[in-house]
Amino acid sequence: MIDPAARPLVWQNATLTAIRPVTTRVKSYRFQVGFDRPALAGQHVDLRLTAPDGYQAQRSYSIASAPDGDGTVELMIESLPDGEVSGFFDAVAAVGDTIELRGPIGGAFVWRPEDGGPLLLAGGGSGVVPLLSMLRHRAVAAPEVPALLLYSVRDATEVIAAQELAARARDEANFQLMLNLTRAGGRRIDAAMVDEALDRLGPPRHAYLCGGNPFVGTVADLLLDAGIDPVRIHTERFGG
Amino acid sequence: MSTRGFTGRKPPEATRERLPPGQYLTEDFPVLQIGPNPRIDLATWAFTLREGAKPLKTWTWEAFNALPRTRWGGDIHCVTKWSKFDTAWEGVSFDALLADAGVAAPTEFLLAEGYDDYSTNVPVADVAGGKGMVATHYDGAPIPLDHGGPARLLVPHLYFWKSAKWVKGLRFTKRDEGGFWEMRGYHMYGDPWREQRFTGD
Repeated sequence: MIDPAARPLVWQNATLTAIRPVTTRVKSYRFQVGFDRPALAGQHVDLRLTAPDGYQAQRSYSIASAPDGDGTVELMIESLPDGEVSGFFDAVAAVGDTIELRGPIGGAFVWRPEDGGPLLLAGGGSGVVPLLSMLRHRAVAAPEVPALLLYSVRDATEVIAAQELAARARDEANFQLMLNLTRAGGRRIDAAMVDEALDRLGPPRHAYLCGGNPFVGTVADLLLDAGIDPVRIHTERFGG
Repeated sequence: MSTRGFTGRKPPEATRERLPPGQYLTEDFPVLQIGPNPRIDLATWAFTLREGAKPLKTWTWEAFNALPRTRWGGDIHCVTKWSKFDTAWEGVSFDALLADAGVAAPTEFLLAEGYDDYSTNVPVADVAGGKGMVATHYDGAPIPLDHGGPARLLVPHLYFWKSAKWVKGLRFTKRDEGGFWEMRGYHMYGDPWREQRFTGD
């Protein structure tokens, strides 16, 4: 809710401190940046790039790291065909660069440890990124909260944080992973998959869905069909 | 200071003139919302004009569609950075709603409320005088559910989060009361040409 003394969200110079490949099309970018307000899992930042002639381009990217106050944020940026900003990050950006950034932004698609669970997370493609932030935060701050991630991607090469998610599913008693590959003999998300997730997790107190509009719309409708109260279903869609 | 190695793809001047600061042109029509599409039955759909808690007038779907129609065409701008040019909308103007209700605006501020529990504030001055409508048609067809049908607010000169989807009513408020996003750090007014995205912009 609004901070009566809300300060302007200022642009800051963030230093790019690490770049590493995540999948064939997604890379992780870690920035050194100090926020002037608390961050929440699920939020995003705006980035602004400026050309020598003054032309600027802005885009929003979800934060993958937990809000642990360590003075850095990790973004995961998928290189889109013809992506004006994502293409710059893929081909040009290098460790040591200064990038204008402001955030954290967004107060709706957020999960706090005190929000509790069970927590149903559904991600399509790179829509898993803000959910990863929630899982990382939960593992440290509220490991007792039951959580299930239903993660749908085209094939195994596109699974973001594959090893981390597998390790969490193995090591964290209250976390379950349902990985769905839509190609390689798999199928798109359907009622049977959503029902299985609900059976395994139990009725969710909160559901967070992120991905492309067809994925998010389908899962949201299936959750309504299963009787989940719409106020418990939070959505974030690409295409903006 | 420029970003090392960034040249970008500056659009042609004719496009740039129509793009508010920080926006880019899209040919798509992205869908953004806080939750699931609400399940709305036209048999029970209603649109209500309220002053505070007091209903001033309620229209059924049939009655709403009997009101005088208005059209608007032009560019829309989303706070998530995309802009879409030459969109075409049809619906019932705010002025026509007031005329049919037989009332003058009792306050200077409005809160638009949706079937999905979304809300957003708009000054009366920004919807009166032909500036805003409750739209039922986009591009010559009923607005699809994904884009806020059967009826959404349209206040095209402000960021599009002000154009509440699945709108079920407009509430006159004594003070300028923030809605869903305005209570979460987004700008109270939201003029794209002044880049009023967040509180303090």
